[in-house]
Formats: sequence, structure tokens, C-alpha cells
Amino acid sequence: MHEMALAEGIRGIVEDQARAQSFDRVTRLRLEIGAFAGVEKPALTFAFDVVMRGSPAEGADLVIIDLPGRAFCADCIEEKEIAGRLDPCPDCGSGRMMPSGGDDMRIKDMEVV
Amino acid sequence: MCTVCGCDGDGATVEAHGHHHHHQHHGDIHFGHGPAGTEVPGMSQERLIEIETSILSKNDRYAAANRERLNALGALALNLVSSPGSGKTTLLCRTIEMLEGQPLAVIEGDQQTSADADRIRATGAPAVQVNTGKGCHLDGHMVGHAMDHLSLAPGALLFIENVGNLVCPAAFDLGEDAKVAILSVTEGEDKPLKYPDMFTASRIALLNKTDLAPYCDIDLDTFETNLRRVNPEIEILRVSAKTGEGMDDWVAWLRAAAAAKSARQAAE
Ligand SMILES: Nc1nc2c(ncn2[C@@H]2O[C@H](COP(=O)(O)OP(=O)(O)OP(=O)(O)O)[C@@H](O)[C@H]2O)c(=O)[nH]1
Ligand SMILES: [Mg+2]
Ligand SMILES: [Zn+2]
Repeated sequence: MHEMALAEGIRGIVEDQARAQSFDRVTRLRLEIGAFAGVEKPALTFAFDVVMRGSPAEGADLVIIDLPGRAFCADCIEEKEIAGRLDPCPDCGSGRMMPSGGDDMRIKDMEVV
Repeated sequence: MCTVCGCDGDGATVEAHGHHHHHQHHGDIHFGHGPAGTEVPGMSQERLIEIETSILSKNDRYAAANRERLNALGALALNLVSSPGSGKTTLLCRTIEMLEGQPLAVIEGDQQTSADADRIRATGAPAVQVNTGKGCHLDGHMVGHAMDHLSLAPGALLFIENVGNLVCPAAFDLGEDAKVAILSVTEGEDKPLKYPDMFTASRIALLNKTDLAPYCDIDLDTFETNLRRVNPEIEILRVSAKTGEGMDDWVAWLRAAAAAKSARQAAE
């Protein structure tokens, strides 16, 4: 969706961290992106390369870890993993599913020098 | 120069009553513009830093600051989201006329032009236009600055008309109390299924342009079923901003929500 804005968010965090933790360069940065976050991974990778120029994360390896979608089944009264937002409950087939996770967009960690 | 973050320069523009303020929306607002990375000789050891921070944490901080300001006033903020042309501005103009006596203000988000803010001001209500340029959504920072140009009264209603886009605005918290999704019946009843994020994030959906339903082969019940599939808890109202049909229910919803918000503030 708004991969450029996301990349700018990452750059902001990298620059804050570089000051707070005094490092020069990020060699690898790991993101956790939920299945329902609406993030186009190729677009984010492209935006990352462009937006990080001139920042401590210029040229860093970008690793994207996929997190599953999750929804609460109103019939099982339990949280389940689902692949698509509108999928029925994998256990009971119920359609009464309330999305409860999988829209994460997080920086997990960074390898720095 | 902004009062919240001290940023300056160009980028998104906030326009209020003819004079323009340019604010730069760069990624390092709080911490100045030092050179990226300072050389520290002899320190080249690789280490791993746990971050565990949302990519949108900066936006979320601005949104939280907006929310605090709104809460202190007991003001109710609604983020109006929809695809382009669903009738947000028309609906707002009519809503404002019907809400006579209720203090309110409007923030209008569009990529270009101040046309929508001009339409709002024609009703007599205060409005600020935010032009996002290439940006496809409003963010918490822009809304905070726009709020600086409005003197919100205690218990006021703040309507924020987001950029017409069913995708990106879902992810950017503005500090609002609720998102209001506006769908026009001409868009087709499959839209909630195709763009679920926006409807999952919304508390209420307005099905607008019901006056056109007879001409466009649409089943409004299917529309509602699809909305409830993606969000079982969503409230739905059918309205026509043109004929006024259903608008009484919407205005009653607004008055109740605004009263609840100021009561909550008064209790604190
Ligand atoms: N028939 C009919 N037309 C409507 C209704 N509401 C809005 N319109 C028309 O729909 C068109 C778009 O309305 P706007 O109010 O500009 O829509 P918008 O969502 O603010 O558009 P953007 O801000 O550009 O995304 C205009 O021609 C309106 O007159 C309605 O209830 N019925
Ligand atoms: Mg409009
Ligand atoms: Zn189940």
C-alpha cells in the first residue's frame, strides 16, 4: 500500500537508534510483517533500498519475516491462525471470525557495527 | 515553523483561510538533522539490537498526542474514510446544516486543491485543508498541525475527511475516536470483500447515495451482509446525502457519540 511511507518510518527509527545506541551502520535489518498488514513485499524492498540512501542502513540486508493472520472464532471461543481475512475457522468451519492479529508491521532487530 | 515538532521546510501543506504554512514531513522530526552516523574509530564490532517497535510508531506517537488534546476537550473526532467520490464532502455539508448549534470543525485531506475546504466553509463551519501532495493518506503529524489552526470548543465534533483511498488510510491512526467508512451504492456490494482492512477498522459504515439504488441493480442487503462478514460488529446506516433520506439516524448517532465523549471527559 504505502510502502514509501513505511520505509520512511523505518529510516526514522534507524536514525533514532543510531544516535541512542551509537552505531555507524546497519548491516541487516529484520522486519516482522503480518499476513493482513497489506504490505507488498517487493514494493517495500524497493522502497527500502531507495529511502535508506544516506542513512546508516544504506545497503543493509532487509529480511522480512512473515507472521500468520489470526482471528478469534466466536464458535470455538478460541484464537486461530487463518491465511485469508475472510477464511472460515479451520477447525469448525464457522464464518463468525473476528480478526485479532496479523496486521503487525514491526522492526524486530538490527545487526549493527 | 511548527509548534509541535519544530519542523520547517516543504512537504505536505496545511492551508487555513488563504494563508499557507509549509511543514516538512521528514523522518527525524524530534531529533534534528545531524549527519547520519558518526565515525567512532576502533568500534567495529557487530552486535544485534532488539527493536520490537512498530514501523508506524512515530505516527502512533503523533496520534496519541492528538488523542490527548481531543480528550482534554471532550471533543469527538471522526476519521471519514472512503474511495474517491463516495460523497464524503456532500454528506459533511448536509450533516453540518443538520447539526445546527453543535460546535464542530472540519479537516479536509486531499492530494491537491482546497475545493473541499471551500465547500465546507460555505456552510459557515471552520475548515482547514491539508494537501498531502503525493501522499495517499493523512497521518497523525498532519492532523496535529491542522488542529493548531482550529480552535476547537469543548465538546466539539471534529470531522476529518481523509484522502479518498480504501487502502492506506486504514493503517494510519490520526487520534480519532472512530473511523467512519462511507460507501456509495454505485461502488458495488463486493467492495467490503475486496478492501476488508478499511471495514475491519471502521466502527460504522454509511451506505450513501441510496437514492441511486433503483438505477444500479444493487442489493443493499447483500452490501450489509458483506460488510458484516469482514466486521461482525460494524454499525450500518443507509443514507442519501442528496435527498436527506436516513440522515436523521446519522445525526442522532453523532449527537449520541458526541454526548458520550463529553460525558466521559466530564467524569474524569
Ligand atoms: N445521487 C447522489 N449523489 C451524491 C450523493 N452524495 C454525493 N453525491 C454526488 O457524488 C459526487 C461526489 O461527491 P463528493 O461529496 O465530492 O465526494 P467525496 O467523497 O467528498 O469525494 P473526494 O473528496 O474527491 O474523494 C458529487 O457529484 C455529489 O453531488 C447522494 O447521496 N446521492
Ligand atoms: Mg471530498
Ligand atoms: Zn471455530
